[in-house]
Amino acid sequence: MEVIDLAWWKLALAALLILALGGVSMVARLGIVRTLFIASARTIIQLALIGLVLEALFASSEFYWIALLAVIMLLVAGREVVARQQRRLKGFWSFGIGTGAMFVSSFTVTVLILAVVIGPDPWYSPQYAIPLLGMMLGNTMTGVALSLDRLTESVWSQRAVIENRLMLGETWRSALESIRRQAMRSGMMPSINAMAAAGIVSLPGMMTGQILAGSPPSVAVKYQILVMLTITVGTGFGTLIAVAWGSRCMFDDRERLRLDRLVRKKH
Amino acid sequence: MRKRIITGILARKIRPNDSGAFVTTLKIEALSIGALAGVNLTVRAGEVVCISGPSGSGKSRLLRAIADLEPHDGCAYLDDVSQLSMPASHWRRQAMMVPADSQWWFESVGEHFPEHCDLVALEAFGFSNDVMDWTVDRLSSGERQRLALLRAMARSPKALLLDEPTANLDESMTRRVEAWLKAEIHKSQVPVIWVAHDHSQIERVADRHYVIAGTTLEQIDGSD
Repeated sequence: MEVIDLAWWKLALAALLILALGGVSMVARLGIVRTLFIASARTIIQLALIGLVLEALFASSEFYWIALLAVIMLLVAGREVVARQQRRLKGFWSFGIGTGAMFVSSFTVTVLILAVVIGPDPWYSPQYAIPLLGMMLGNTMTGVALSLDRLTESVWSQRAVIENRLMLGETWRSALESIRRQAMRSGMMPSINAMAAAGIVSLPGMMTGQILAGSPPSVAVKYQILVMLTITVGTGFGTLIAVAWGSRCMFDDRERLRLDRLVRKKH
Repeated sequence: MRKRIITGILARKIRPNDSGAFVTTLKIEALSIGALAGVNLTVRAGEVVCISGPSGSGKSRLLRAIADLEPHDGCAYLDDVSQLSMPASHWRRQAMMVPADSQWWFESVGEHFPEHCDLVALEAFGFSNDVMDWTVDRLSSGERQRLALLRAMARSPKALLLDEPTANLDESMTRRVEAWLKAEIHKSQVPVIWVAHDHSQIERVADRHYVIAGTTLEQIDGSD
């Protein structure tokens, strides 16, 4: 089955629809026009660029180029985690924890899946490695960002409770127990919900893409199952690590709650 | 539903008054926090030391430093055992602070109390037996304050750090709580630092009274 290539001018038609949406929003004074246009422009430019990068990467297939792209993806995801938190840990910590958690979980799970489950030759073959890592990082990033945001926000709003529990002689772990549980939940919920709705409510993007590109649906479905499970595992471990490190960082070695280590995002 | 025996006694370990075998002394050495610098203070077993001072002078922060809830210089000791020689949570279980506005995070009152505290002085505080099953959002600020004292005492601390323990109570309840606390302190022989602002209260409960004056504590009454 041949894939129908899209001409650039046909994409311009889709862009025109965005302009129409913007026009309507402007008339209705919804105040999202600016964000809408910026986000659309970003999507076009970023994807066009990554298309060029991937073309070059697929042509060379050198390990170090793939590793470099993976590192760049990780660092950008780390920055994004920091940007999505209303209150974050001071200095390098916020970036370090988010990036570290994503690195440990996404990279480990991706390498494991590539080497053991899919098994392309070589194992880092960019056609498999880059899309898989991209999906892992994207979802883990959401989980880590949501959980860290929830964690810091709850610690801030429940600081009096935490300190009162410390006064009664509880350890920092037990004083923070319910907050950690909530943070973990909010990080994991998107992946769990996506799994529950997959195939019935939503047709996942990757499977749809593969079918559009001509793969038989049975193969596409198998890949989608693999991806959904690994995404959940990656997000789960990433969230777990981020919540563990993040909550440890809010207490010092004398188990004191150190709110001075949090900074509020400037608006 | 957890049943509790209601009596007037809280402390399980009764420390003898006269033999002096198990009594605890709270000692503060060269403690600095906020504006306060180099505070030295020794509180003997069963002694109540009141601290007063204008608001913002650092009374609560001093208690928080002794409970090791805030970074500080200097050290607090219980019977010459330094706060730094044990995990902070162990220290806080022994030198227990009761804040001015207590927090309640579980659904029912009873969940905030230790599993097997069978000796709770509810009657003296004007509570009926079923208070442990109350939901926390029906507690008034005065009830919260009294229950916070009980909650702390139920953990048998070795020293008490009370931050305005009667701030939300009316006059008659204040007197009842004072009397009960004095009796408990005498019985269990714990050293107590009591932050207060009401001078008549200080006269009633204090063995010694200090006022925060700038960077130090200044003794007003009581012999050392």
